[in-house]
Amino acid sequence: MNLIEPAQLPPSLIIVPILGALVCFILPGPWSGRVGLLTSALTVVAAGLSTWAVLAEGSQRHELGGWAAPLGINLYLDGLAAVFIAMVAIIGLLVGIYARSFYATESDQHGTNALYWPLWLTLWAGMNGLFLSADLFNLYVVIEVVGLSAVALAILSGKPPALLAGLRYLLAAIVGSMAYLMGVALIYAEVGALDLTVVAEALDGGLVPRVAFGLMLAGLMVKTALSPLHFWLPAAHSAAQPPVSALLSALVVKGTFYLILRLWVDVFEGSITYAMGQFLGALGAIAVLWGSYQAIRQSRLKLVVAHSTVGQIGFMFLLFPLITVAYEGWGYAPWLAAAWTGGIYQALAHGFAKAAMFLAVGVYVLAVGNDEKDSMVDLVARLPMTTFALALAGVSLIGLPPSGGFVAKWMLLKAAFSSGQWWWAPVIVLGSFLTAGYVFMILRQAFAPAREKLQLRPVPRAMEVTALLLGVGSILIGLRAEEVLLLLDVDAPFEEPVEPEEGGAP
Amino acid sequence: MNLNDWIPLIIVATSLVPGVLIFFLHENQTGVRTALNLTGAVVKVLLVFAVYFGVQRGETYTFRYEIGVDLEFLLHIDLLSLLFATLSAILWLVTTLYAIGYLEGSPYRRRFFGFFSICVTASTGIALAGNAVTFFIFYEFLTLATYPLVVHRGTEEALQAGRTYLWYTIGGGTVLFVGVVWLFVLTGSVDFGDTEALQALAAENETQLVILFWVLVAGLGVKAALFPLHGWLPVAMVAPAPVSALLHAVAVVKAGAFGLVRLVQDIYGVELAEDLNLLTPLAVLAAFTILYGSLRALTQDDLKKRLAYSTVSQLSYIAMGVAIPGVTVATGALVHLVHQGLMKITLFFCAGNIAETLGLHKVSELNGIGRRLPLTMGAFTLAAFGMIGLPPLAGFISKWYLGIGGMEAGQSWIVVVLLASSALNAAYFLPVIHAAWFRSPDREWKIKRTARFLETPWTLLLPAVATAVTSLTVGVFAATEWSPLELARQVAESWYSRR
Repeated sequence: MNLIEPAQLPPSLIIVPILGALVCFILPGPWSGRVGLLTSALTVVAAGLSTWAVLAEGSQRHELGGWAAPLGINLYLDGLAAVFIAMVAIIGLLVGIYARSFYATESDQHGTNALYWPLWLTLWAGMNGLFLSADLFNLYVVIEVVGLSAVALAILSGKPPALLAGLRYLLAAIVGSMAYLMGVALIYAEVGALDLTVVAEALDGGLVPRVAFGLMLAGLMVKTALSPLHFWLPAAHSAAQPPVSALLSALVVKGTFYLILRLWVDVFEGSITYAMGQFLGALGAIAVLWGSYQAIRQSRLKLVVAHSTVGQIGFMFLLFPLITVAYEGWGYAPWLAAAWTGGIYQALAHGFAKAAMFLAVGVYVLAVGNDEKDSMVDLVARLPMTTFALALAGVSLIGLPPSGGFVAKWMLLKAAFSSGQWWWAPVIVLGSFLTAGYVFMILRQAFAPAREKLQLRPVPRAMEVTALLLGVGSILIGLRAEEVLLLLDVDAPFEEPVEPEEGGAP
Repeated sequence: MNLNDWIPLIIVATSLVPGVLIFFLHENQTGVRTALNLTGAVVKVLLVFAVYFGVQRGETYTFRYEIGVDLEFLLHIDLLSLLFATLSAILWLVTTLYAIGYLEGSPYRRRFFGFFSICVTASTGIALAGNAVTFFIFYEFLTLATYPLVVHRGTEEALQAGRTYLWYTIGGGTVLFVGVVWLFVLTGSVDFGDTEALQALAAENETQLVILFWVLVAGLGVKAALFPLHGWLPVAMVAPAPVSALLHAVAVVKAGAFGLVRLVQDIYGVELAEDLNLLTPLAVLAAFTILYGSLRALTQDDLKKRLAYSTVSQLSYIAMGVAIPGVTVATGALVHLVHQGLMKITLFFCAGNIAETLGLHKVSELNGIGRRLPLTMGAFTLAAFGMIGLPPLAGFISKWYLGIGGMEAGQSWIVVVLLASSALNAAYFLPVIHAAWFRSPDREWKIKRTARFLETPWTLLLPAVATAVTSLTVGVFAATEWSPLELARQVAESWYSRR
């Protein structure tokens, strides 16, 4: 007998963190950290079981309250969702452990430190909801939950720069969700349904769905900070406290990226053209080059890392032109699997690497006392573990082997060559080269000797260790891609046809 | 998998495990660190020898691991891997001993030895890599592992050199990345030595294959210091002497040269490369680099810089040799891979000894040091004579086979290149030797290191003398069954007998 029914797992991924958030909010400060970590652990277990269920039994569909698709609300867990849920769980847990030590050392003048836990757990529930929802309006609700709790986290320190950046972030978040909501309204007016599968079947590629998709896409692009709509990201991500920066950069932007991907392959596949794919790819290419170039130009460490996120998001968007050929009646193409895994691996690898990088930079800043690049000298000797974490994360971001980033860039480049879209190759190469520029800009500084004797503040061990674990994680996922790929294969949108004649994208 | 299939991985691990463990030690645990290092180095040498016998008996050692989709990590030991692996295993052992003496009492030794071991792991991985993907993984790994060694001293000059080094190697790495992915898209996952897949494509994709070849050469040429991609090498000599020694003799430059050998012989195959007219331009480029490096070496007053340009020159013997078809010339190229390593590491050890013992760095300061450092300068002289190509030293054997092979292949012009290069070698080495032995000392030496009975501590002296004597021995006993020459000949014959 199964103790836990697989079908019950999807709701638990949302309910557990929500309940935890409530308890954390009610309990006094010191307790919220403990309950928060306990909730994180439980959510990780739920995520682990869900992932396992998908691997063992395939996709799970859960009808809330027992109501089926057109009327009721459905949760749908397939391989793609499971990969993202697992990523958020692992990174979220480690960042949480870091956060407990961080807030123990950080002064709490506004009494807001304890709010980290309810806000983050709400955000987590929202992210899981985003990955699971099979309904356009529900998706709007969870996007708002994610957006608002993310903004609240970003201004948690209460410092003026964070507040200013938070305001811009809020503006972007609201504009983004409004655009998305208008798109949803148009779709509802057109087909009278909101469930993703029902909508997908009802759409026939007319003008209205295209406009609707355009609006949704534009809104989600603002929230994902795809250049040139990334204006809010560097300030918001760099002004937040380190654990929050890690969550925002590594996870939150992936939520809306996931949604774009989901809509692209599962809902609007009939409305998509080759040109649209090229357009998203071109924006991605601009992001890669511009974001990485800006990162090199920054003098403050947290801004380097934040701009790097802009560039790395660009790499994820190179996925779209490479998978879009399938919809122009070309059917199945052998490089689709490579493009698909490449883009998603980029999201995964960036998640681990960027979390590690922000946490490591947080350790630097805590120890040195400011985040000027020029102050970060001699840290190879003084903070070897953290510098190592930073270096590992950097290796993965650059895409050097063996690392998650390497698998991602290998797959993307391979897909670019085999699809004949060789013009993405220089972007990937130049992007990696620029990334190496800013990563080694930091590491080079860490090797420079200190002019005067440095007085470093002590850093809790747990902060150094969690940063290192995430850095190691960004390498390890490149050593063993098999399981992730198996998971991604569950109900993947592109399946290799059993016989060539039967080929065709779904 | 049986035990044999794990052996390639174990050989790689013999330097990786000590390297990683060292990072967990305390800075002052010198004894444990030294024990770890030397144990790893000795075990690696023994394993490589054991495998040599195994391969001679016809056993195979292949470790396969699926990373995912069609990315395959493959370690495979063939004769060519053994040639390079033996060289790096032995020279690692010697250099470790040297480094222990050289860095005695200096700060951050934990970091140094940690990365040093990891660097050797990478070059072993390059030796054992069984396909282009695995080769690329270790090739990039090597860049990362050597960077901390180049900037080890942390001075402005070292950091600047590190930056130059990275620009070149990361640039080369990305070009190689494009090449390897391109190759992969064309042929799928193909093991080294299986050239049929590419040959089958040749008829339809001739231009593509030509461009791909040059992309791969550009990627490998950075580490192999082919003109005009050699600029990092003279700069990177600011690193501590043991690092320069290893960088110039085995690790980085040989990774590039070895890659070129794999490219010509095991990816394209000589026949295809010849059909596409790729070999002659490569040979000419290499010949030009030989002469250019030697000419630049002439004018360098900094001893290590002179040696660095000499490396640029000597290294291209290997590239030139593989770019000319024929068993004899290939033998010469392969044996030079070993011989150049032995001679160049000796020269760098000696340069390090001179700097550490007497505080001298410039050629113009070396007058009369033969009286103070007779054994060091003896080793230096032996290695320099070898470089020039005096019989029966190691360098003579390489040049002899290259020259004879060139004539057999109907490309006598390389004899001219070899003679010119030898003359230039003599022109930049003989003044050093003459000054050291035949001029009288003209300055006060700042004596930095002393030893009771020897000219300098034995950890610095023994490695230099040992490698110098080895470079003599491999020359004198080149005809025996145990010489590098014999192994090189077997490798070369295996290439030309497989068609």
